Amino acid sequence: MTLKSLAMTAVLALVCGAAHAEQVRVYNWSDYIDEDLLAKFEQETGLKLIYDVFDGNEILETKLLAGGSGYDVVVPSSTFMQRQIAAGAFQKLDKDQLPNIEHMWDLIEERTQQYDPGNAYSVNYMWGTTGIGVNIDKVRQALGEDAPIDSLDLVFKPENMEKLANCGVHFLDAPDETVPLALAWLGEDPASQDPEVIAKIEDVYAAVRPYIQKFHSSEYINALANGNICVAIGWSGDILQARDRAEEAGKGIEIIYNAPKEGAQMWFDQMAIPADAPNPQGAHAFLNFMMDPENAAATSNYVYYANGNKASQEYLNEDVIGDTAIYPDAATLANLYTTAPLDDKTQRFVTRLWTKIKSGT
Amino acid sequence: MMRRAVLIAVPYFWLMALFLVPFIIVFKVSLSDTALAIPPYVPTLEWRDFRTFLSQLDFENYIWLTQDDLYWKAYLSSLKIAFLSTLMTLAIGYPVAYAMACCPEKWRSTLMMLVILPFWTSFLIRVYAWMGILSNEGFLNQFLLWAGIISTPLTILNTNTAVYIGIVYTYLPFMILPIYATLDRMDASLLEAAEDLGCSRIGAFWLVTVPLSRNGIIAGCFLVFIPALGEFVIPSLLGGSRTLMIGKVLWEEFFNNRDWPVASAVAVVLLLILIIPIMLFQRNQQNQAEAGR
Repeated sequence: MTLKSLAMTAVLALVCGAAHAEQVRVYNWSDYIDEDLLAKFEQETGLKLIYDVFDGNEILETKLLAGGSGYDVVVPSSTFMQRQIAAGAFQKLDKDQLPNIEHMWDLIEERTQQYDPGNAYSVNYMWGTTGIGVNIDKVRQALGEDAPIDSLDLVFKPENMEKLANCGVHFLDAPDETVPLALAWLGEDPASQDPEVIAKIEDVYAAVRPYIQKFHSSEYINALANGNICVAIGWSGDILQARDRAEEAGKGIEIIYNAPKEGAQMWFDQMAIPADAPNPQGAHAFLNFMMDPENAAATSNYVYYANGNKASQEYLNEDVIGDTAIYPDAATLANLYTTAPLDDKTQRFVTRLWTKIKSGT
Repeated sequence: MMRRAVLIAVPYFWLMALFLVPFIIVFKVSLSDTALAIPPYVPTLEWRDFRTFLSQLDFENYIWLTQDDLYWKAYLSSLKIAFLSTLMTLAIGYPVAYAMACCPEKWRSTLMMLVILPFWTSFLIRVYAWMGILSNEGFLNQFLLWAGIISTPLTILNTNTAVYIGIVYTYLPFMILPIYATLDRMDASLLEAAEDLGCSRIGAFWLVTVPLSRNGIIAGCFLVFIPALGEFVIPSLLGGSRTLMIGKVLWEEFFNNRDWPVASAVAVVLLLILIIPIMLFQRNQQNQAEAGR
């Protein structure tokens, strides 16, 4: 090898190495960003953005706990994040690199502190509620004009579900959402960690299980929008996205979202930086970019979830900030509950119970 | 002599690196305990103090598997689904392979191409396409409604029926190809001889063609049965929540419970279940080789 080609190889290696360092790899939920922002981020920062998606906290958690995920920014839900922080999966944020953090909303920051004391490891991306999405025409056809679309009676009373079974009912396949839901309907503490209390939900689900077509955490968006199903227990913004897709399709399908009046779970998806992130500096740049009020507003306007950014509210569309399904009014807000992560033994009990509910075994 | 040793070493190295080493790692994890850490189990793969390392290992995860009927029900259900799909694949694949082998020479390569063609599209996309076909508002229901055969849409997606359709569709080429290979090589004069000696055409098929294509049938059945047993993608996309398969149980242990040790124990037992048919297959091949000498 001549000296010249050796030098060339060295230069190439350097260039490649540099190019690699300038990548930011983000792992976020599916259907959860305005994709124009991805190009805007690359343009503003000159960093190359690699954007991957998942549809369940479990998938993200397993990648984080296996180590070496290769991601710089991930977006776990707060309950899962609390446990991941304990496992040492994240690095503390360097708030000097996050000037936009001043725009964050104290009301939300107070609530996320419960999972991440001092918000040392994370900033809020979006938050929302878990509730009921209905194809209003089909549900009225099945149950009449006064169908209880804002009550869990709709999905937990067998006599209602029997009539809805034909047009299709989907539930989230996420026990950390569906267990509190049934507890709320029973009038129990939705955040209960007591296996004896949690066990009560088995009968609730057993009574309506024959009428539930599927448990899945992302299919219901399209299924609702296409008219394949008429009721979904799902995340607020996902159901509102289904509403929009149905409108765009113009087939006359009207979707409505309601947080159940028995109480609805409030959850927070938090942006955090894995402990072994290859490019923590780029990760901070991404976090700061997403906390820019205009960008946070663009995301909410697109995905129909509320964000934890106070300053973004002046840029929000009227159909977002004005919709109590997204930004709940004081009365609804008081009716929202949060949950805490389960210890290993209770978690195993809940997973097993959930498997039994789903498969009958 | 040296050359021979090297030649033999290559497949053994392959087996060591891609089967034995991963298996030992999984087996080791199955003897560990869960922990809130990265990775989420203790003891991890460190050999500093071998004795304490050994003392921390135990078989409690395997005992756990016997205490909950979920696991053996899932194994049995997987075996049933894999077995029935293999039979169905054989029932469809054999006539197809037979027809291909009976075709004039000039058509055969085209037909072969058609069998292989679906592999050019991603497996995942093809399974998603089936979701579009089988859903309540899907092509199949729309067609049947239009033709007036049914008056309300059939629920096929998210049931076991859809899982069978998906498995049979996906693995059909693996059944057709080995059977076709044996039928293609078959000496046609044997059939003529059978007919000359007074055998009917159907009789000749059962007495001559089927026994001669036995190897292809066995190979095809194993190629379908083994991957179908551990199948995860098809049941999770096409199946309903009632579809119980060991691949899904494994996923839940791993992802929902974050219990890598129990997940590994489930995987080790699945492997043991699979080793039995694989060894039968191996013995069959060996007998064949000896008989052919």
